[in-house]
Amino acid sequence: MLRPTLLVAALAAAFPAFADADLDALRSELKEMKSSYEARIQLLEKRLLQAETQAPNAPAPSPASAVAAVEPAPQQETASNRFNPDISLILQGQYAQLDDIEHRHITGFFPAGHNHDVPRGFSLNHTELVMSASIDPYFSGYMNLALLDAEVSIEEAWFQTTALGNGLTLRGGRFLSGLGYQNTQHPHAWDFADNNLMYRALFGEAYGNDGLQLKWVAPTELFMEFGAEAGRGANFPGTDRNMNGAGSTVLFGHLGGDVGVSHSWRAGLSYLQTRASDRDSEIDDLNDVAAETLFSGSSKTWIADFVWKWAPNGNATEQNFKFATEYFSRKEDGDLLCVDNTAGGGACTDVADRYKATQSGFYAQGVYQFMPRWRTGYRYDRLDSGSVDFGLNNASLPVTDYAPTRHSLMLDYSPSEFSRFRLQVSQDKSMESVSENQWFVQYIHSLGSHGAHSF
Amino acid sequence: MKQLFAALLLWLPLSAHAALNVFACEPEWGALAREIGGDAVKVYTATTAMQDPHRIEARPSLIAQTRRAGLVVCTGAELEVGWLPLLLRESGNAAVQPGRPGYFEAARHVPMLDKPARVDRAQGDVHAAGNPHIQTDPRNLARVGAALAQRLGEVDPAHAAAYQARWKAFSVRWEAAIARWQQQAAPLKGMPVAVQHKSFSYLINWLGLREVATLEPKPGVEPSLGYLAEVAARLKTSPARMVLRAAYQSPRASEWLAQRADIPVVALPFTVGGAPGTEDLFGLFDVTLTELLKAAQ
Repeated sequence: MLRPTLLVAALAAAFPAFADADLDALRSELKEMKSSYEARIQLLEKRLLQAETQAPNAPAPSPASAVAAVEPAPQQETASNRFNPDISLILQGQYAQLDDIEHRHITGFFPAGHNHDVPRGFSLNHTELVMSASIDPYFSGYMNLALLDAEVSIEEAWFQTTALGNGLTLRGGRFLSGLGYQNTQHPHAWDFADNNLMYRALFGEAYGNDGLQLKWVAPTELFMEFGAEAGRGANFPGTDRNMNGAGSTVLFGHLGGDVGVSHSWRAGLSYLQTRASDRDSEIDDLNDVAAETLFSGSSKTWIADFVWKWAPNGNATEQNFKFATEYFSRKEDGDLLCVDNTAGGGACTDVADRYKATQSGFYAQGVYQFMPRWRTGYRYDRLDSGSVDFGLNNASLPVTDYAPTRHSLMLDYSPSEFSRFRLQVSQDKSMESVSENQWFVQYIHSLGSHGAHSF
Repeated sequence: MKQLFAALLLWLPLSAHAALNVFACEPEWGALAREIGGDAVKVYTATTAMQDPHRIEARPSLIAQTRRAGLVVCTGAELEVGWLPLLLRESGNAAVQPGRPGYFEAARHVPMLDKPARVDRAQGDVHAAGNPHIQTDPRNLARVGAALAQRLGEVDPAHAAAYQARWKAFSVRWEAAIARWQQQAAPLKGMPVAVQHKSFSYLINWLGLREVATLEPKPGVEPSLGYLAEVAARLKTSPARMVLRAAYQSPRASEWLAQRADIPVVALPFTVGGAPGTEDLFGLFDVTLTELLKAAQ
């Protein structure tokens, strides 16, 4: 009983002594280290001074010592090697001169969700905040936030492998699908002040998805890239369906190369398959009364794209030209319910019947930089309402063979690669019996380490 | 279909065992890799002397070549920041990612000039690491060459000895050439010059020239006519003997100024392929010195 207490007392007495001896040893060791480091620092300072006097100001006299004279100092790491993520902010705003049209839509097409109508007069577009960095030796990460009043939407937030090799890249998270050409571009990278009719009709802005993307680049001189995506499929033309598994699949392939030193091109084919369940869209019925429709069924889209660029000797600084065109064909097949709106004088009576539609469209645009800083461009949009069959609802919903078109002409001026001002005029005939002249004045500025733009 | 697949399978490993594919961002590094690598390497050069290396598009053909590369040789110091990161990301080639042996930055092996005291976009296209146009000083090529020979040996150990041997042989010829060039350039010492862009800081430093004016108000910013007139006025008090510009740059600004100041414009090749006779690195400096001496007479 007594022994433990004794032991504790003995330890208590002995320990401070132990500690003192240890501390002394440590102190002397530290002192030694300090003096040796001081000596080393002095030596280094001396060498630095020598190096500074020898080079690089004076050309070294003898060639043998010319190279050896300067010990290459360790260089600063390049931007993407720092620990901090690369951050960039896009400031974008515009003045729009538009007619006062209450229900903007594209005749013959269901309005695609996420469609920000451009307000008349002065307004702010998206303010985008982008961050990206390497996560570790195996992954890199990217995030793009679109800031709007009282709203932040996550446009993209994904990780991507960097170490799989063999041309394989796996991406996971929320990302803009690799289908088509313009789809992966954020609005600040568009060549025109507003979206083309094709993407507006297909996706509102662009097709984004939560899911996985696997991409493979072939080890050939001709650029060959193949990709597959599986995702939630919550966005138009699909809907969120509260289910396991993949709600949408995308397949795409791209070919590309150079022709001589002045020309380069890329061509692609993409396929999107998704399903909708009670997809809610508002269109005007045969009595010109707003009707709510609910579509459930499959939606399949093919997109072909082609881009061609020219720059004399491949030097785009002075002059360059870019041509881009995309074509789509979409098939939708399922059931459509037109919600009863007879109370408001509408033609719908809660009838659900087979809905089948095959629609298509394209845009083609050319942008020419005729002198440094100045570019001009023309874009032509055309959609084909195609064959639409509402079944029994043909009695209450309009079927049209109207072809929405639009001509746009733009001129932009970029004081540097980080700032741009743009003037655009469009003749918009996307709505039947409306021909509207639209004017846009726009600015796009990017702050911070703005990443490279893709081809 | 089956036959096609079999052919594809047979052909893939074949191409993988061929010579080491080197992707050179600029012609000077392509030429250097060829000197050191000889037949053991297959060099693809991403840009030409007629292209502005700051402003290259990440073209599909470049992505395809990055995918095939075993070694990427670039200047670094943010010169390629507008296109190389995209090529690396899109290529799916793990071996050439930054930090791996297959990724080589030349600027890390030379002492840098023109390091900005302030890094702000209001200063124009400034590079935090310093002026990236290091290839206009032949001594820098020797420094980079030594490091590149070492790196080639790491990436392709089977030929490491051959790389070292070729490097040694090149190095001897290169040192002799540097001695010759420095002797030739002796009369140029202290000569005042105007430059279009800060492309020749290393050349000016090597030969002991004096840079008295830059035509660009800020790096990468095109000069306006008003600014050029200012430069012309300044040249009246501190005259330059010539205006230097790189082959890829538009002659407009330099020719306008040269006419005003009544001095010659010298279009220097800037890199391999920038003028007739600059098919290799020796030719690059032979022609550069000939042009400078001709204009100085």
